[in-house]
Amino acid sequence: MAESKSVIIKIKRQLTPTSKSYWEEFSVPYRPNMNVISALMDIAADPSTRDGKATTPITYDSNCLEEVCGSCAMLINGKARMACSALIDNLEQPIRLEPFSKFPVVRDLAVDRSVLFENLKTVKAWVPIDGTYDLGSGPRMSAEEQEAAYPLSRCISCCCCMEACPQFNEDTGFVGAATISQVRLFNTHPTGKALKRERLAALMGDGGIQECGYAQNCVEVCPKDIPLTKSISEVGGQVMKQALGDLLRR
Amino acid sequence: MATPKIIVVGGGLAGLSAVIKIAEMGANVDLFSIVPVKRSHSVCAQGGINAAKNLKGEGDSTWQHFDDTIYGGDFLANQPPVKDMCDAAPGIIDLLDRMGVPFNRTPEGLLDFRRFGGTLYNRTAFAGATTGQQLLYALDEQVRRHESEGKVKKFEHWEFLSAVLDDGNVCRGICAMDLRSMEVRTFPADAIIIATGGNGAIFGKSTNSVVCTGSAQSALYQQGVYYANGEFIQVHPTCIPGEDKLRLMSESARGEGGRVWVPKTPGDKRDPKAIPEKERWYFLEEWYPKYGNLVPRDVATRAIFKVVYEYNLGIDGKPMVYLDLTHIDRKILDRKLEGILEIYEKFVGDDPRDTPMKIFPGMHYTMGGLWVDFKQATNVPGIFAAGECEYQYHGANRLGANSLMSCIYGGGIAGPNAVKYARGLQAASDGNGHFAAEQKRQEEINAKLMKADGTENPFKLWRELGQLMTKDCTVIRYNKNLQQTDATLVEMLERYGKINLSDRTQWANTTVVFARQLYNMLQLARVIAQGAAMRDESRGAHYKPDFPERDDKNWLKTTKAYFAPDADEPKFEFEPVDTSLIQPRARKY
Repeated sequence: MAESKSVIIKIKRQLTPTSKSYWEEFSVPYRPNMNVISALMDIAADPSTRDGKATTPITYDSNCLEEVCGSCAMLINGKARMACSALIDNLEQPIRLEPFSKFPVVRDLAVDRSVLFENLKTVKAWVPIDGTYDLGSGPRMSAEEQEAAYPLSRCISCCCCMEACPQFNEDTGFVGAATISQVRLFNTHPTGKALKRERLAALMGDGGIQECGYAQNCVEVCPKDIPLTKSISEVGGQVMKQALGDLLRR
Repeated sequence: MATPKIIVVGGGLAGLSAVIKIAEMGANVDLFSIVPVKRSHSVCAQGGINAAKNLKGEGDSTWQHFDDTIYGGDFLANQPPVKDMCDAAPGIIDLLDRMGVPFNRTPEGLLDFRRFGGTLYNRTAFAGATTGQQLLYALDEQVRRHESEGKVKKFEHWEFLSAVLDDGNVCRGICAMDLRSMEVRTFPADAIIIATGGNGAIFGKSTNSVVCTGSAQSALYQQGVYYANGEFIQVHPTCIPGEDKLRLMSESARGEGGRVWVPKTPGDKRDPKAIPEKERWYFLEEWYPKYGNLVPRDVATRAIFKVVYEYNLGIDGKPMVYLDLTHIDRKILDRKLEGILEIYEKFVGDDPRDTPMKIFPGMHYTMGGLWVDFKQATNVPGIFAAGECEYQYHGANRLGANSLMSCIYGGGIAGPNAVKYARGLQAASDGNGHFAAEQKRQEEINAKLMKADGTENPFKLWRELGQLMTKDCTVIRYNKNLQQTDATLVEMLERYGKINLSDRTQWANTTVVFARQLYNMLQLARVIAQGAAMRDESRGAHYKPDFPERDDKNWLKTTKAYFAPDADEPKFEFEPVDTSLIQPRARKY
């Protein structure tokens, strides 16, 4: 009988938000077309470490497993990415799994990313419609405008861009690329731009768009290939223009 | 009068749609969700949303949409609410457009529409091939706006455990568990709306998301809510088989011209592009010349099964067929289908613009669900339901791109009706003791699980459940196997009693949560298996070779399962279908 191949995975674990982290190593049977999630599922079905010690299943966030819900972001071999689209065949072993380093750990690989949803409130990332009753069709939009908006609207709020950004940390309080890109999206919408002034005002000052250091890490790790640096430079221009205007009007 | 308080459970399209309506009416709303609502399963919907806007000069009408939906569902849906949904659909598309959904456009700047299965009209509005994601985001943004104005309170990372019922069996709130602190708490409400999606996890691997376990529906069924048409499970013809799940390859691939074929020679090992046209069998086009590759999903699925298992023509002898887009211009593919082509590329490694995709049917949608009336109310006062978790709009088979519409529409009906009900509600006559009692009952379940030290691993038991249900309870059904399935489910429930919990931590313990869901899955699986065993006919997605014809005389009726606590198993009754608008006719594509 041919020797069955296995996949070696090292996982950084942490029981509670305040407890110390530690590493455990696992070995799961290899199958073609496996991804990191299927390996984590295997561990749950047989929760023991590589040296046979009984342990607990890994806590991690996941939902759609199609890279569209944004849940399963983690550090895989040091890179911020989605675990569902991380195919074992393309990863160097032992595979190292760690939680994001810039977000509070909940347990094991699950972290608290609610900061992004709070940021989206701050910049009013919505179209201010009058109500849901029937008011006829929406604003007419060219195919070109739709094709510009759609890629920005595919942001899955995974926070990879924030994890990878050297400026995203407690010292700067930087909002991060995802939020800025949403500002660009809503500022271009015919109805959404009614709130443009407020959105740009929210991006001024400490933690705002000025914190960006143009490292360009965000655009490299974005699993949806969103033109984040372009968004930052465009919104940066809008903020600058508004700040200047405000100054002159004083 | 006090402002009504409504609880919505589930933050997909149906739940968010209900929340927005309730907030607009000035009532208070608490929104519970296992995941942050922006990560709900609605994001997975790809191809589009149906509405008869008739923007292509084809003479489409809402009546035609209604007729296609009823006919596609093999006449099992009650007709009046389906007609109302189809009539409301064009207005809902306008609303979504106003909310900023980046729908694809025509050169003139109007909404573009494409074709989908089960219709001859271009009726499906779409935003690339990630329409569900775009619609969910639009509603999520509106809810965030209401949240920032203090009208909505979100409880994310909370799992619904049960309804709190008073002595008169009226719902007074919910019992839920914080998935981090594991705290079990009750929350009072004047009415609750359940919008918890489908139950794909009962079938192990499906196109559904991880949270789609059907656990909430099952818990409510065990508390006395009727579960209707459980036996109707949609198997989507074109999925990408995977180790962790089956990934959907949207019907829009065929809507944009994709063709399904197999090599005519069994075991043909050539590269698909090296196989000349005359040596390929486009079996859907040959068998169904009118609709071709766009026959409804149940029809396409059975055809693929026939080709693979009866003719042994699966690719390389394996259960797979080709879905081919390589004849279509790359620019068109990128503009209209990029999101799904990207999924195939990322998860399989081949570029579907160059190589035909290998696909096979997989469990996709739960047509059955909590029984509701035309106001989306269940049989238990104060419990409403909307979206995939209820049974109302799709009959025996759902047409592609009708689910997003039924979620948004159903939520929009449930919300106002829940508020109206709440405004007329009398206070409970028996005090508040039922809250403490329900909390205690749920805490005891957790405590028992935490101590469980038997031999059965819940994740392994779940894999067995999935294999069992997929084998005997999906595309082709035999009574003997269905009866055996139910007997095995009873055994599995016994084995569940000997479960072993590998994690006893009182913090973010996913194992105890999963074990709770598994119990509910096993109970609901019996509803599906027994319902399928009883229905001796073939209708829509429910197909029995021993009873190959639809039998309107005996089976034009809704299956209603209710839980008999003493027997610990489902009992059934049947209800006639409202066919007052369209006379049932034979379904022939």
